[in-house]
Amino acid sequence: MEFIQQFITDNQQMIYIVILMIFVGIEVIGRVPSVLHTPLMSGANAIHGVVIIGAIIVMGKADSSDYIALILGFLAVILGTLNVVGGFVVTDRMLEMFNKKK
Amino acid sequence: MEYSLLTICYLIASITFILGLKMLSNPASARKGNQIAAIGMAIAIFGTIFLYEGKDIKLGNYLWIFGGIAIGTIIGAFAAKKVKMTDMPQMVSLFNGMGGACAAIISIVEFNHLMHDHSIGNSFLSDINGTNLLIIMAGLIIGSVSFTGSMIAWAKLDGRLHDYSFKGQHLVNIFLLLAAIGLSTFVLLSRPEQTILFFYIILGLSVMYGILFVMPIGGADMPVVISLLNSFTGVAAACGGFLYDNKAMMTGGILVGAAGTLLTMLMCKAMNRSLTNVLIGSFGGNAASAAASGGSQGQYKQISLSDTAVLMSYSSKVVIVPGYGLAVAQAQHACHELEKLLTEKGVQVTYAIHPVAGRMPGHMNVLLAEADVSYEKLKEMEEVNDEFPYVDAVLVLGANDVVNPAAKTDPTSPIYGMPILDVELAKHVIVNKRSMKPGYAGIENDLFFRPKTSMLFGDSKKVIQDLIAEIKNL
Repeated sequence: MEFIQQFITDNQQMIYIVILMIFVGIEVIGRVPSVLHTPLMSGANAIHGVVIIGAIIVMGKADSSDYIALILGFLAVILGTLNVVGGFVVTDRMLEMFNKKK
Repeated sequence: MEYSLLTICYLIASITFILGLKMLSNPASARKGNQIAAIGMAIAIFGTIFLYEGKDIKLGNYLWIFGGIAIGTIIGAFAAKKVKMTDMPQMVSLFNGMGGACAAIISIVEFNHLMHDHSIGNSFLSDINGTNLLIIMAGLIIGSVSFTGSMIAWAKLDGRLHDYSFKGQHLVNIFLLLAAIGLSTFVLLSRPEQTILFFYIILGLSVMYGILFVMPIGGADMPVVISLLNSFTGVAAACGGFLYDNKAMMTGGILVGAAGTLLTMLMCKAMNRSLTNVLIGSFGGNAASAAASGGSQGQYKQISLSDTAVLMSYSSKVVIVPGYGLAVAQAQHACHELEKLLTEKGVQVTYAIHPVAGRMPGHMNVLLAEADVSYEKLKEMEEVNDEFPYVDAVLVLGANDVVNPAAKTDPTSPIYGMPILDVELAKHVIVNKRSMKPGYAGIENDLFFRPKTSMLFGDSKKVIQDLIAEIKNL
Protein backbone atom coordinates (compact mmCIF):
# COMPACT_ATOMS: atom_id res chain seq x y z
CA MET A 1 0.00 0.00 0.00
CA GLU A 2 2.81 2.31 0.94
CA PHE A 3 4.47 1.49 -2.34
CA ILE A 4 1.37 2.45 -4.29
CA GLN A 5 1.01 5.76 -2.45
CA GLN A 6 4.67 6.49 -3.00
CA PHE A 7 4.32 5.58 -6.67
CA ILE A 8 1.39 7.91 -7.22
CA THR A 9 3.01 10.80 -5.38
CA ASP A 10 6.28 10.37 -7.28
CA ASN A 11 4.67 10.19 -10.68
CA GLN A 12 1.71 12.50 -10.40
CA GLN A 13 2.34 14.29 -13.67
CA MET A 14 2.81 11.10 -15.65
CA ILE A 15 -0.33 9.56 -14.21
CA TYR A 16 -2.32 12.62 -15.21
CA ILE A 17 -0.95 12.35 -18.75
CA VAL A 18 -1.88 8.67 -18.90
CA ILE A 19 -5.45 9.29 -17.83
CA LEU A 20 -5.98 12.27 -20.10
CA MET A 21 -4.41 10.55 -23.09
CA ILE A 22 -6.63 7.51 -22.67
CA PHE A 23 -9.65 9.76 -23.05
CA VAL A 24 -8.12 11.74 -25.90
CA GLY A 25 -7.21 8.53 -27.74
CA ILE A 26 -10.73 7.17 -27.45
CA GLU A 27 -12.41 10.48 -28.25
CA VAL A 28 -10.24 11.23 -31.26
CA ILE A 29 -11.01 8.08 -33.25
CA GLY A 30 -14.50 7.52 -31.87
CA ARG A 31 -16.35 8.08 -35.12
CA VAL A 32 -14.03 6.47 -37.63
CA PRO A 33 -15.77 4.81 -40.61
CA SER A 34 -14.84 1.15 -41.07
CA VAL A 35 -13.33 2.08 -44.44
CA LEU A 36 -10.47 3.71 -42.56
CA HIS A 37 -9.81 0.98 -40.01
CA THR A 38 -6.79 -0.39 -41.79
CA PRO A 39 -5.05 2.93 -42.54
CA LEU A 40 -5.84 4.14 -39.02
CA MET A 41 -4.31 1.03 -37.49
CA SER A 42 -1.28 1.47 -39.68
CA GLY A 43 -0.99 5.16 -38.78
CA ALA A 44 -1.27 4.41 -35.06
CA ASN A 45 1.35 1.72 -35.60
CA ALA A 46 3.73 4.36 -36.94
CA ILE A 47 3.01 6.72 -34.04
CA HIS A 48 3.99 4.20 -31.37
CA GLY A 49 7.31 4.21 -33.15
CA VAL A 50 8.14 7.07 -30.73
CA VAL A 51 9.77 4.28 -28.83
CA ILE A 52 12.74 5.11 -31.08
CA ILE A 53 13.43 8.08 -28.79
CA GLY A 54 14.11 5.63 -25.98
CA ALA A 55 16.36 3.64 -28.28
CA ILE A 56 18.34 6.75 -29.19
CA ILE A 57 18.78 7.63 -25.52
CA VAL A 58 19.93 4.08 -24.71
CA MET A 59 22.37 4.16 -27.61
CA GLY A 60 23.67 7.63 -26.81
CA LYS A 61 24.24 6.84 -23.16
CA ALA A 62 25.97 3.52 -23.77
CA ASP A 63 29.53 3.41 -22.56
CA SER A 64 31.91 2.68 -25.43
CA SER A 65 33.35 -0.28 -23.55
CA ASP A 66 29.97 -1.82 -22.85
CA TYR A 67 29.56 -3.94 -25.95
CA ILE A 68 26.29 -5.52 -24.91
CA ALA A 69 24.65 -2.12 -24.47
CA LEU A 70 26.15 -0.88 -27.74
CA ILE A 71 24.94 -3.85 -29.76
CA LEU A 72 21.50 -3.96 -28.16
CA GLY A 73 21.14 -0.19 -28.48
CA PHE A 74 22.14 -0.31 -32.13
CA LEU A 75 19.63 -3.07 -32.77
CA ALA A 76 16.94 -1.07 -30.95
CA VAL A 77 17.64 2.01 -33.07
CA ILE A 78 17.35 -0.03 -36.28
CA LEU A 79 14.12 -1.72 -35.16
CA GLY A 80 12.60 1.55 -33.96
CA THR A 81 13.46 3.30 -37.21
CA LEU A 82 11.93 0.43 -39.17
CA ASN A 83 8.73 0.87 -37.19
CA VAL A 84 8.59 4.63 -37.73
CA VAL A 85 9.67 4.87 -41.37
CA GLY A 86 7.93 1.71 -42.54
CA GLY A 87 4.77 2.63 -40.68
CA PHE A 88 4.43 6.11 -42.09
CA VAL A 89 5.37 5.10 -45.64
CA VAL A 90 2.91 2.19 -45.74
CA THR A 91 0.13 4.39 -44.37
CA ASP A 92 0.90 7.09 -46.90
CA ARG A 93 0.80 4.56 -49.72
CA MET A 94 -2.59 3.32 -48.62
CA LEU A 95 -4.05 6.79 -48.25
CA GLU A 96 -2.56 8.01 -51.51
CA MET A 97 -4.97 5.69 -53.24
CA PHE A 98 -7.96 7.17 -51.47
CA ASN A 99 -7.05 10.67 -52.50
CA LYS A 100 -6.07 10.03 -56.09
CA LYS A 101 -9.45 10.05 -57.73
CA LYS A 102 -10.79 13.12 -55.99
CA MET B 1 18.67 26.34 -22.72
CA GLU B 2 18.99 23.40 -25.05
CA TYR B 3 16.92 21.30 -22.75
CA SER B 4 14.01 23.71 -22.86
CA LEU B 5 14.18 23.76 -26.65
CA LEU B 6 13.86 19.98 -26.57
CA THR B 7 10.80 20.32 -24.35
CA ILE B 8 9.22 22.44 -27.06
CA CYS B 9 10.13 19.82 -29.67
CA TYR B 10 8.39 17.16 -27.62
CA LEU B 11 5.37 19.38 -27.11
CA ILE B 12 5.06 19.91 -30.85
CA ALA B 13 5.45 16.19 -31.44
CA SER B 14 2.73 15.33 -28.92
CA ILE B 15 0.33 17.79 -30.52
CA THR B 16 1.01 16.44 -34.01
CA PHE B 17 0.33 12.89 -32.81
CA ILE B 18 -3.09 13.85 -31.45
CA LEU B 19 -3.90 15.98 -34.48
CA GLY B 20 -2.60 13.31 -36.85
CA LEU B 21 -4.72 10.60 -35.29
CA LYS B 22 -7.77 12.85 -35.37
CA MET B 23 -7.27 13.61 -39.06
CA LEU B 24 -6.59 9.95 -39.83
CA SER B 25 -10.12 9.09 -38.80
CA ASN B 26 -11.65 11.21 -41.56
CA PRO B 27 -11.31 10.14 -45.22
CA ALA B 28 -10.77 13.67 -46.51
CA SER B 29 -7.92 14.61 -44.20
CA ALA B 30 -6.40 11.20 -43.52
CA ARG B 31 -3.31 11.52 -45.68
CA LYS B 32 -2.45 14.93 -44.36
CA GLY B 33 -2.89 13.64 -40.82
CA ASN B 34 -0.39 10.89 -41.43
CA GLN B 35 2.10 13.38 -42.84
CA ILE B 36 1.66 15.78 -39.94
CA ALA B 37 2.32 12.99 -37.46
CA ALA B 38 5.40 12.00 -39.47
CA ILE B 39 6.76 15.55 -39.32
CA GLY B 40 6.17 15.65 -35.57
CA MET B 41 8.01 12.36 -35.25
CA ALA B 42 10.98 13.70 -37.21
CA ILE B 43 11.13 16.77 -34.95
CA ALA B 44 11.08 14.55 -31.87
CA ILE B 45 13.78 12.24 -33.23
CA PHE B 46 16.22 14.94 -34.34
CA GLY B 47 15.49 16.97 -31.24
CA THR B 48 16.47 13.99 -29.12
CA ILE B 49 19.65 13.34 -31.07
CA PHE B 50 20.98 16.89 -30.92
CA LEU B 51 19.45 18.39 -27.80
CA TYR B 52 19.04 15.60 -25.28
CA GLU B 53 20.93 15.97 -22.03
CA GLY B 54 20.55 13.38 -19.34
CA LYS B 55 21.77 13.78 -15.79
CA ASP B 56 25.19 15.31 -16.44
CA ILE B 57 25.80 13.28 -19.61
CA LYS B 58 25.22 14.28 -23.19
CA LEU B 59 24.52 11.66 -25.79
CA GLY B 60 27.44 10.16 -27.63
CA ASN B 61 27.91 7.36 -30.13
CA TYR B 62 26.57 9.50 -32.95
CA LEU B 63 28.06 7.20 -35.54
CA TRP B 64 26.09 4.29 -34.16
CA ILE B 65 22.90 6.31 -33.90
CA PHE B 66 23.03 7.64 -37.43
CA GLY B 67 24.17 4.26 -38.74
CA GLY B 68 21.19 2.57 -37.13
CA ILE B 69 18.76 5.19 -38.37
CA ALA B 70 20.18 5.00 -41.88
CA ILE B 71 19.90 1.20 -42.01
CA GLY B 72 16.40 1.27 -40.55
CA THR B 73 15.25 4.00 -42.93
CA ILE B 74 16.57 2.27 -46.03
CA ILE B 75 15.14 -1.14 -45.18
CA GLY B 76 11.88 0.29 -43.84
CA ALA B 77 11.21 2.61 -46.76
CA PHE B 78 12.20 -0.04 -49.29
CA ALA B 79 10.01 -2.72 -47.72
CA ALA B 80 7.07 -0.34 -47.40
CA LYS B 81 7.35 0.81 -51.00
CA LYS B 82 7.77 -2.67 -52.42
CA VAL B 83 5.04 -4.50 -50.54
CA LYS B 84 2.00 -5.45 -52.57
CA MET B 85 -1.28 -3.93 -51.45
CA THR B 86 -2.62 -7.42 -50.79
CA ASP B 87 0.21 -8.09 -48.33
CA MET B 88 -0.42 -4.91 -46.38
CA PRO B 89 -1.79 -6.54 -43.20
CA GLN B 90 1.34 -8.67 -42.77
CA MET B 91 3.51 -5.61 -43.24
CA VAL B 92 1.69 -3.65 -40.53
CA SER B 93 2.11 -6.62 -38.21
CA LEU B 94 5.80 -6.86 -39.01
CA PHE B 95 6.46 -3.17 -38.30
CA ASN B 96 4.44 -3.44 -35.13
CA GLY B 97 6.65 -6.31 -33.99
CA MET B 98 9.76 -4.21 -34.60
CA GLY B 99 8.39 -1.54 -32.25
CA GLY B 100 7.65 -4.15 -29.62
CA ALA B 101 11.14 -5.61 -29.89
CA CYS B 102 12.60 -2.13 -29.61
CA ALA B 103 10.71 -1.52 -26.36
CA ALA B 104 11.81 -4.89 -24.95
CA ILE B 105 15.46 -4.19 -25.78
CA ILE B 106 15.30 -0.80 -24.08
CA SER B 107 14.06 -2.56 -20.96
CA ILE B 108 16.88 -5.10 -21.08
CA VAL B 109 19.58 -2.44 -21.45
CA GLU B 110 18.12 -0.27 -18.71
CA PHE B 111 17.84 -3.28 -16.43
CA ASN B 112 21.53 -4.01 -16.99
CA HIS B 113 22.28 -0.39 -16.09
CA LEU B 114 20.33 -0.65 -12.86
CA MET B 115 22.08 -3.88 -11.93
CA HIS B 116 25.48 -2.61 -12.97
CA ASP B 117 25.23 0.53 -10.86
CA HIS B 118 24.41 -1.58 -7.89
CA SER B 119 26.95 -4.34 -8.39
CA ILE B 120 29.93 -1.96 -8.35
CA GLY B 121 28.68 0.17 -5.50
CA ASN B 122 28.10 -1.23 -2.08
CA SER B 123 24.40 -0.68 -2.19
CA PHE B 124 21.79 -3.38 -1.87
CA LEU B 125 19.25 -4.60 -4.36
CA SER B 126 16.57 -3.16 -2.17
CA ASP B 127 17.90 0.33 -2.90
CA ILE B 128 16.86 0.09 -6.52
CA ASN B 129 14.11 2.51 -7.35
CA GLY B 130 10.90 0.48 -7.31
CA THR B 131 9.16 2.62 -9.89
CA ASN B 132 11.95 2.17 -12.40
CA LEU B 133 12.07 -1.57 -11.87
CA LEU B 134 8.30 -1.83 -12.24
CA ILE B 135 8.30 0.15 -15.47
CA ILE B 136 11.24 -1.78 -16.87
CA MET B 137 9.55 -5.09 -16.23
CA ALA B 138 6.24 -3.88 -17.64
CA GLY B 139 8.02 -2.69 -20.79
CA LEU B 140 9.83 -6.01 -21.04
CA ILE B 141 6.70 -8.14 -20.75
CA ILE B 142 4.46 -6.06 -22.99
CA GLY B 143 7.18 -5.39 -25.57
CA SER B 144 8.21 -9.01 -25.96
CA VAL B 145 4.64 -10.32 -26.07
CA SER B 146 3.91 -7.76 -28.76
CA PHE B 147 7.07 -8.72 -30.68
CA THR B 148 6.58 -12.49 -30.74
CA GLY B 149 2.82 -12.19 -31.17
CA SER B 150 3.24 -9.91 -34.18
CA MET B 151 5.81 -12.21 -35.72
CA ILE B 152 3.44 -15.15 -35.44
CA ALA B 153 0.59 -13.04 -36.85
CA TRP B 154 2.82 -12.03 -39.73
CA ALA B 155 3.88 -15.60 -40.46
CA LYS B 156 0.27 -16.80 -40.38
CA LEU B 157 -1.05 -14.11 -42.70
CA ASP B 158 1.87 -14.76 -45.00
CA GLY B 159 0.93 -18.42 -45.13
CA ARG B 160 4.16 -19.56 -43.49
CA LEU B 161 2.45 -20.92 -40.40
CA HIS B 162 -0.87 -22.60 -39.84
CA ASP B 163 -3.19 -22.60 -36.88
CA TYR B 164 -1.80 -24.74 -34.16
CA SER B 165 -3.30 -25.62 -30.84
CA PHE B 166 -3.06 -28.41 -28.34
CA LYS B 167 -5.24 -29.59 -25.53
CA GLY B 168 -5.22 -27.30 -22.56
CA GLN B 169 -3.43 -24.55 -24.41
CA HIS B 170 -5.58 -21.89 -22.78
CA LEU B 171 -4.55 -23.14 -19.37
CA VAL B 172 -0.89 -23.11 -20.39
CA ASN B 173 -1.31 -19.56 -21.70
CA ILE B 174 -2.95 -18.34 -18.52
CA PHE B 175 -0.26 -20.07 -16.51
CA LEU B 176 2.52 -18.40 -18.52
CA LEU B 177 0.98 -14.97 -18.13
CA LEU B 178 0.33 -15.37 -14.42
CA ALA B 179 3.83 -16.76 -13.92
CA ALA B 180 5.38 -13.75 -15.66
CA ILE B 181 3.31 -11.27 -13.67
CA GLY B 182 3.70 -13.18 -10.41
CA LEU B 183 7.46 -13.46 -10.76
CA SER B 184 7.70 -9.72 -11.54
CA THR B 185 5.70 -8.88 -8.45
CA PHE B 186 7.89 -11.16 -6.37
CA VAL B 187 11.10 -9.58 -7.69
CA LEU B 188 9.67 -6.12 -7.15
CA LEU B 189 8.54 -6.69 -3.58
CA SER B 190 11.22 -8.91 -2.12
CA ARG B 191 14.28 -8.23 -4.32
CA PRO B 192 15.75 -11.75 -4.22
CA GLU B 193 19.46 -12.49 -4.76
CA GLN B 194 18.77 -14.02 -8.16
CA THR B 195 17.00 -10.94 -9.54
CA ILE B 196 19.00 -11.10 -12.77
CA LEU B 197 18.15 -14.74 -13.37
CA PHE B 198 14.48 -14.08 -12.67
CA PHE B 199 14.50 -11.15 -15.06
CA TYR B 200 15.52 -13.39 -17.95
CA ILE B 201 13.04 -16.06 -16.90
CA ILE B 202 10.33 -13.38 -17.12
CA LEU B 203 11.59 -12.51 -20.60
CA GLY B 204 11.38 -16.19 -21.59
CA LEU B 205 7.87 -16.56 -20.20
CA SER B 206 6.67 -13.46 -22.08
CA VAL B 207 8.20 -14.65 -25.34
CA MET B 208 6.49 -18.03 -24.95
CA TYR B 209 3.21 -16.36 -24.06
CA GLY B 210 3.32 -14.14 -27.16
CA ILE B 211 3.83 -17.18 -29.39
CA LEU B 212 1.24 -19.44 -27.79
CA PHE B 213 -1.36 -16.72 -27.49
CA VAL B 214 -1.48 -15.97 -31.22
CA MET B 215 -0.82 -19.53 -32.46
CA PRO B 216 -4.36 -20.92 -32.17
CA ILE B 217 -6.22 -17.83 -33.37
CA GLY B 218 -7.69 -18.31 -36.81
CA GLY B 219 -6.81 -16.24 -39.85
CA ALA B 220 -10.14 -14.45 -40.03
CA ASP B 221 -9.59 -12.99 -36.57
CA MET B 222 -6.03 -11.93 -37.27
CA PRO B 223 -6.81 -8.23 -37.90
CA VAL B 224 -8.28 -7.98 -34.42
CA VAL B 225 -5.15 -9.55 -32.97
CA ILE B 226 -2.86 -7.22 -34.88
CA SER B 227 -4.85 -4.23 -33.71
CA LEU B 228 -4.65 -5.50 -30.13
CA LEU B 229 -0.89 -6.06 -30.35
CA ASN B 230 -0.62 -2.59 -31.87
CA SER B 231 -2.10 -1.08 -28.75
CA PHE B 232 0.21 -3.29 -26.63
CA THR B 233 3.23 -1.79 -28.35
CA GLY B 234 1.78 1.64 -27.66
CA VAL B 235 1.69 0.85 -23.95
CA ALA B 236 5.23 -0.57 -24.13
CA ALA B 237 6.40 2.70 -25.71
CA ALA B 238 4.67 4.61 -22.92
CA CYS B 239 6.65 2.54 -20.38
CA GLY B 240 9.79 3.94 -22.01
CA GLY B 241 8.29 7.40 -21.65
CA PHE B 242 7.75 6.80 -17.95
CA LEU B 243 11.31 5.60 -17.53
CA TYR B 244 12.93 8.60 -19.22
CA ASP B 245 10.33 11.07 -18.01
CA ASN B 246 9.73 11.72 -21.69
CA LYS B 247 6.38 13.32 -22.45
CA ALA B 248 6.44 12.71 -26.20
CA MET B 249 6.89 8.96 -25.74
CA MET B 250 4.27 9.03 -23.05
CA THR B 251 1.58 10.82 -25.06
CA GLY B 252 2.33 8.92 -28.27
CA GLY B 253 2.35 5.55 -26.54
CA ILE B 254 -0.77 5.97 -24.43
CA LEU B 255 -2.62 7.62 -27.30
CA VAL B 256 -1.99 4.58 -29.49
CA GLY B 257 -2.68 2.24 -26.59
CA ALA B 258 -6.12 3.79 -26.02
CA ALA B 259 -7.03 4.37 -29.66
CA GLY B 260 -5.77 0.89 -30.57
CA THR B 261 -7.91 -0.72 -27.89
CA LEU B 262 -10.99 1.13 -29.09
CA LEU B 263 -10.17 0.25 -32.69
CA THR B 264 -9.87 -3.40 -31.69
CA MET B 265 -13.33 -3.27 -30.17
CA LEU B 266 -14.77 -1.48 -33.22
CA MET B 267 -13.32 -4.21 -35.44
CA CYS B 268 -14.82 -6.90 -33.24
CA LYS B 269 -18.15 -5.15 -33.49
CA ALA B 270 -17.90 -5.01 -37.28
CA MET B 271 -17.48 -8.78 -37.26
CA ASN B 272 -19.98 -9.30 -34.46
CA ARG B 273 -17.44 -11.14 -32.34
CA SER B 274 -16.56 -10.41 -28.77
CA LEU B 275 -12.93 -9.90 -27.89
CA THR B 276 -12.92 -12.75 -25.40
CA ASN B 277 -14.37 -14.98 -28.06
CA VAL B 278 -11.57 -14.06 -30.43
CA LEU B 279 -8.92 -14.65 -27.80
CA ILE B 280 -10.29 -17.79 -26.21
CA GLY B 281 -12.51 -19.55 -28.73
CA SER B 282 -10.10 -20.64 -31.44
CA PHE B 283 -11.68 -20.06 -34.81
CA GLY B 284 -10.44 -23.02 -36.81
CA GLY B 285 -11.20 -25.51 -34.06
CA ASN B 286 -14.66 -26.64 -35.12
CA ALA B 287 -13.83 -26.60 -38.81
CA ALA B 288 -13.83 -30.36 -39.07
CA SER B 289 -17.38 -30.79 -37.79
CA ALA B 290 -18.69 -27.95 -39.93
CA ALA B 291 -17.03 -29.33 -43.04
CA ALA B 292 -18.50 -32.75 -42.34
CA SER B 293 -22.03 -31.39 -42.15
CA GLY B 294 -21.47 -29.50 -45.38
CA GLY B 295 -20.39 -32.61 -47.25
CA SER B 296 -23.87 -33.77 -48.17
CA GLN B 297 -24.90 -30.50 -49.77
CA GLY B 298 -25.54 -31.96 -53.19
CA GLN B 299 -25.23 -30.35 -56.57
CA TYR B 300 -24.09 -26.96 -57.67
CA LYS B 301 -24.61 -25.63 -61.16
CA GLN B 302 -22.16 -23.91 -63.42
CA ILE B 303 -22.81 -21.00 -65.74
CA SER B 304 -20.98 -20.21 -68.97
CA LEU B 305 -19.22 -16.93 -69.66
CA SER B 306 -21.61 -15.94 -72.44
CA ASP B 307 -24.65 -16.56 -70.25
CA THR B 308 -23.06 -14.43 -67.53
CA ALA B 309 -22.38 -11.70 -70.06
CA VAL B 310 -26.00 -11.69 -71.25
CA LEU B 311 -27.39 -11.81 -67.73
CA MET B 312 -25.27 -8.93 -66.55
CA SER B 313 -25.68 -6.61 -69.51
CA TYR B 314 -29.47 -6.95 -69.50
CA SER B 315 -29.80 -6.36 -65.79
CA SER B 316 -30.72 -2.96 -64.51
CA LYS B 317 -28.95 -3.34 -61.19
CA VAL B 318 -25.74 -5.29 -60.57
CA VAL B 319 -23.82 -5.58 -57.33
CA ILE B 320 -20.22 -6.78 -57.25
CA VAL B 321 -19.01 -8.44 -54.04
CA PRO B 322 -15.22 -8.40 -54.03
CA GLY B 323 -13.25 -10.70 -51.73
CA TYR B 324 -9.72 -11.76 -51.06
CA GLY B 325 -9.70 -13.93 -54.21
CA LEU B 326 -9.98 -10.77 -56.28
CA ALA B 327 -7.10 -9.21 -54.43
CA VAL B 328 -4.87 -12.24 -54.85
CA ALA B 329 -5.59 -12.38 -58.57
CA GLN B 330 -4.81 -8.63 -58.81
CA ALA B 331 -8.13 -8.30 -60.58
CA GLN B 332 -9.18 -4.92 -59.20
CA HIS B 333 -8.28 -3.07 -62.41
CA ALA B 334 -10.12 -5.56 -64.61
CA CYS B 335 -13.02 -5.30 -62.21
CA HIS B 336 -13.14 -1.53 -62.59
CA GLU B 337 -13.13 -1.95 -66.35
CA LEU B 338 -16.07 -4.33 -66.17
CA GLU B 339 -17.92 -1.82 -64.02
CA LYS B 340 -17.27 0.98 -66.52
CA LEU B 341 -18.39 -1.15 -69.45
CA LEU B 342 -21.64 -2.12 -67.73
CA THR B 343 -22.29 1.46 -66.69
CA GLU B 344 -21.94 2.52 -70.32
CA LYS B 345 -24.62 0.00 -71.18
CA GLY B 346 -26.93 1.64 -68.67
CA VAL B 347 -26.53 -0.91 -65.91
CA GLN B 348 -26.35 0.48 -62.42
CA VAL B 349 -23.26 -1.06 -60.81
CA THR B 350 -22.25 -0.82 -57.16
CA TYR B 351 -19.76 -2.66 -54.97
CA ALA B 352 -20.82 -4.27 -51.72
CA ILE B 353 -17.99 -4.05 -49.25
CA HIS B 354 -18.17 -6.29 -46.23
CA PRO B 355 -16.44 -4.73 -43.21
CA VAL B 356 -13.80 -7.46 -43.24
CA ALA B 357 -13.57 -8.05 -46.98
CA GLY B 358 -9.98 -8.82 -47.84
CA ARG B 359 -7.94 -9.47 -44.77
CA MET B 360 -8.61 -6.37 -42.69
CA PRO B 361 -11.41 -3.85 -42.28
CA GLY B 362 -11.05 -1.32 -45.05
CA HIS B 363 -8.50 -3.44 -46.90
CA MET B 364 -10.80 -3.93 -49.88
CA ASN B 365 -11.50 -0.20 -50.11
CA VAL B 366 -7.78 0.42 -50.39
CA LEU B 367 -7.44 -2.16 -53.14
CA LEU B 368 -10.37 -0.79 -55.15
CA ALA B 369 -9.23 2.77 -54.63
CA GLU B 370 -5.92 1.67 -56.12
CA ALA B 371 -7.85 0.76 -59.27
CA ASP B 372 -9.56 4.18 -59.41
CA VAL B 373 -12.98 2.93 -58.43
CA SER B 374 -14.96 5.94 -57.34
CA TYR B 375 -15.71 6.29 -53.66
CA GLU B 376 -19.48 6.67 -54.17
CA LYS B 377 -19.75 3.24 -55.77
CA LEU B 378 -18.50 1.48 -52.66
CA LYS B 379 -21.44 0.60 -50.46
CA GLU B 380 -21.07 -0.58 -46.90
CA MET B 381 -22.84 -3.66 -45.69
CA GLU B 382 -25.79 -2.11 -43.82
CA GLU B 383 -26.54 0.13 -46.75
CA VAL B 384 -26.44 -2.54 -49.42
CA ASN B 385 -28.26 -5.30 -47.53
CA ASP B 386 -31.55 -3.41 -47.86
CA GLU B 387 -31.07 -3.17 -51.60
CA PHE B 388 -30.41 -6.81 -52.44
CA PRO B 389 -34.07 -7.74 -53.08
CA TYR B 390 -34.11 -5.21 -55.93
CA VAL B 391 -30.86 -6.37 -57.47
CA ASP B 392 -30.94 -8.42 -60.65
CA ALA B 393 -27.52 -9.99 -60.48
CA VAL B 394 -24.81 -10.28 -57.88
CA LEU B 395 -21.30 -11.12 -58.94
CA VAL B 396 -19.27 -12.57 -56.08
CA LEU B 397 -15.58 -12.32 -56.91
CA GLY B 398 -13.39 -14.48 -54.72
CA ALA B 399 -15.41 -13.84 -51.57
CA ASN B 400 -16.67 -16.74 -49.53
CA ASP B 401 -17.14 -16.49 -45.78
CA VAL B 402 -18.68 -13.01 -45.95
CA VAL B 403 -21.59 -14.34 -48.03
CA ASN B 404 -22.03 -17.62 -46.18
CA PRO B 405 -25.61 -17.93 -44.94
CA ALA B 406 -24.42 -20.36 -42.26
CA ALA B 407 -23.43 -17.30 -40.27
CA LYS B 408 -27.17 -16.67 -39.85
CA THR B 409 -28.71 -20.10 -39.84
CA ASP B 410 -26.26 -22.57 -38.37
CA PRO B 411 -25.43 -22.02 -34.69
CA THR B 412 -22.73 -24.70 -34.83
CA SER B 413 -20.82 -22.86 -37.53
CA PRO B 414 -17.62 -21.16 -36.37
CA ILE B 415 -18.66 -17.96 -38.11
CA TYR B 416 -22.18 -18.01 -36.61
CA GLY B 417 -23.20 -14.50 -35.66
CA MET B 418 -20.92 -12.69 -38.09
CA PRO B 419 -22.98 -10.23 -40.13
CA ILE B 420 -22.98 -11.20 -43.80
CA LEU B 421 -24.01 -9.74 -47.13
CA ASP B 422 -27.48 -11.09 -47.93
CA VAL B 423 -26.68 -11.84 -51.56
CA GLU B 424 -29.22 -14.67 -51.66
CA LEU B 425 -32.03 -12.10 -51.69
CA ALA B 426 -31.03 -11.00 -55.19
CA LYS B 427 -32.57 -12.58 -58.29
CA HIS B 428 -29.35 -14.22 -59.48
CA VAL B 429 -26.08 -14.89 -57.78
CA ILE B 430 -22.96 -15.66 -59.82
CA VAL B 431 -20.04 -16.84 -57.76
CA ASN B 432 -16.56 -16.72 -59.20
CA LYS B 433 -14.05 -18.93 -57.41
CA ARG B 434 -11.05 -20.89 -58.45
CA SER B 435 -12.49 -24.15 -57.15
CA MET B 436 -14.97 -25.48 -54.62
CA LYS B 437 -12.37 -25.26 -51.87
CA PRO B 438 -13.61 -23.61 -48.65
CA GLY B 439 -12.60 -20.07 -47.72
CA TYR B 440 -10.32 -18.74 -45.03
CA ALA B 441 -12.44 -19.89 -42.12
CA GLY B 442 -12.21 -23.41 -43.54
CA ILE B 443 -15.93 -24.12 -43.80
CA GLU B 444 -18.32 -25.11 -46.57
CA ASN B 445 -20.62 -22.49 -48.03
CA ASP B 446 -24.24 -23.46 -48.41
CA LEU B 447 -24.82 -20.53 -50.77
CA PHE B 448 -23.08 -22.33 -53.64
CA PHE B 449 -25.71 -25.05 -53.63
CA ARG B 450 -28.77 -22.78 -53.65
CA PRO B 451 -30.99 -22.85 -56.75
CA LYS B 452 -30.40 -19.16 -57.52
CA THR B 453 -26.64 -19.56 -57.44
CA SER B 454 -24.46 -20.37 -60.42
CA MET B 455 -20.75 -21.02 -60.26
CA LEU B 456 -18.23 -19.50 -62.62
CA PHE B 457 -14.88 -21.16 -62.01
CA GLY B 458 -11.52 -19.66 -62.82
CA ASP B 459 -8.97 -17.07 -61.78
CA SER B 460 -10.80 -13.78 -61.08
CA LYS B 461 -8.68 -11.68 -63.39
CA LYS B 462 -8.91 -14.05 -66.34
CA VAL B 463 -12.63 -14.55 -65.86
CA ILE B 464 -13.34 -10.83 -65.70
CA GLN B 465 -11.23 -10.13 -68.79
CA ASP B 466 -13.05 -12.85 -70.73
CA LEU B 467 -16.34 -11.53 -69.47
CA ILE B 468 -15.48 -8.05 -70.70
CA ALA B 469 -14.67 -9.46 -74.13
CA GLU B 470 -17.97 -11.37 -74.19
CA ILE B 471 -19.97 -8.30 -73.24
CA LYS B 472 -18.26 -6.26 -75.95
CA ASN B 473 -19.22 -8.95 -78.48
CA LEU B 474 -22.90 -8.90 -77.64
